[in-house]
Amino acid sequence: MGKATVIPFGPQHPVLPEPLHLDLVVEDEVVIEAIPQIGFVHRGLERLVQTRDYHQFIYIAERICGICAFGHSMGYAETVEKLMGIEIPPRAEFLRAVWHELSRVHSHLLWMGLAADAFGFESLFMHCWRLRERILDLFEATTGGRVIFSVVKVGGVTRDISPDMFERFATTLSGIKGEYNQICKAFLTDASVKNRTVDVGTISQQAALDQCMVGPFARASNVNNDIRALGNGAYGALSDFKPILDSQGDCYARVKVRALEVLQSIDIINELIAQIPAGDIAVEVKGSPALGAEASNVLEQPRGECYYYARGNGTKNLERMRMRTPTSQNLAGMTTALAGCDLADVNMIVLTIDPCISCTER
Amino acid sequence: MGSFKLGKMTFGSLFKKPETILYPVQTRPAPLGLKGHIQVAIVDCILCGICMKRCPTGAIKVDKPAATWSIDRFRCVQCGSCVRECPKSCLAMDPNYAKPQTQKSIESVSKPTASESSEEEKAAKEALEAKKAAKIKAALEAKAAREKNLT
Repeated sequence: MGKATVIPFGPQHPVLPEPLHLDLVVEDEVVIEAIPQIGFVHRGLERLVQTRDYHQFIYIAERICGICAFGHSMGYAETVEKLMGIEIPPRAEFLRAVWHELSRVHSHLLWMGLAADAFGFESLFMHCWRLRERILDLFEATTGGRVIFSVVKVGGVTRDISPDMFERFATTLSGIKGEYNQICKAFLTDASVKNRTVDVGTISQQAALDQCMVGPFARASNVNNDIRALGNGAYGALSDFKPILDSQGDCYARVKVRALEVLQSIDIINELIAQIPAGDIAVEVKGSPALGAEASNVLEQPRGECYYYARGNGTKNLERMRMRTPTSQNLAGMTTALAGCDLADVNMIVLTIDPCISCTER
Repeated sequence: MGSFKLGKMTFGSLFKKPETILYPVQTRPAPLGLKGHIQVAIVDCILCGICMKRCPTGAIKVDKPAATWSIDRFRCVQCGSCVRECPKSCLAMDPNYAKPQTQKSIESVSKPTASESSEEEKAAKEALEAKKAAKIKAALEAKAAREKNLT
């Protein structure tokens, strides 16, 4: 047995899009323990709820994370609507769900590109991001922004999507689906991908349950945890929604679940567009949340369940806004997966958990 | 298992036109709904200051005594709150991004006073007032005629 050595990993590392520091305790190229440390991008966004009114805070909420920007604005708006007892028009719910699924497709494609880059498959990375650009073009045409959309407001949405644009959605998504199937095939069957991912960083179902893992990473360990199955908002209109599960729990299973979820999201968008009701897209919101009123909300973001909590104090400003983001749940599972792995596999395991540190620290 | 699963797509890419463009020689046309930058039609502005109150970043300043409307383009996040809230609909989103600048500055627009307005505007205003007076006169006459009929 060799002597244990501590190797610092991050916060600046080519594989990490965001600053996460890991102290890797290594013995003979094998990681014995990984101690994570965060706190490099804390911006105090939750505190800003006391200085901005509840309409204005939505623009801060969507800046928590650049990838799940839409999810955060939607989750925040739903929480405040619950707090004030506002019922939004069904069309607004459907539009939110369509954009949210579209942002899931763009988030998953971005992550798959990063994963391909991490295991050294450069052309796969570029093809993933090429398809993602088409999704961003759809966002730009419908919301006016590519990353930050500012399209959700408390009481509904600010922009409608015309029937012509829905047709463009259908043609673009069917085009993407054809090309994506080839990419998906490369991810799931190519030998070089399998060499790097199969039986690497396995998390058992029990470990995933014990560590309260959420999202596609828990589903890869056969934990049936998908908030969309609750049928909140427009998701209730889906005829047959079954979360994608895998029982292996290794890096390959995590890649597989996210790869198949893209196809599932495209189907969801098509189904929602087919049955979108006509009508208003927003209701007028007046007044302030009552003193002591509390509301909580859950939303399935691209990386998993995000929990929102809000408390009013009778003024335009909220008393407290709390978000528990998916990565804060998944970091514990990541350290479990890292214990016992090879040093060369660390970057692959860290990436398959897709740590979003900006979300976690806010 | 097997290799070259992406071979077809990679090979096909050789015969397609590039996905990228030669920026800045070529630029993409901006889509219609793009949130480029805020524009103000200052003639219609009544300097009510609602846009200033609604702005989440405090980018807009309205000075009623000096009759100016100013915006700090570096603070503006293009959320469109001011455009939605403007009672006179004099704010709009121009679907082109603001030009890059080398120094931070605040863009200020002054509302033209009555004496500064051009001859054409004066004539248009007079014509509008004359039309309004004619409308009021016609309404009064109609009312008098109705009362006469009743009696």
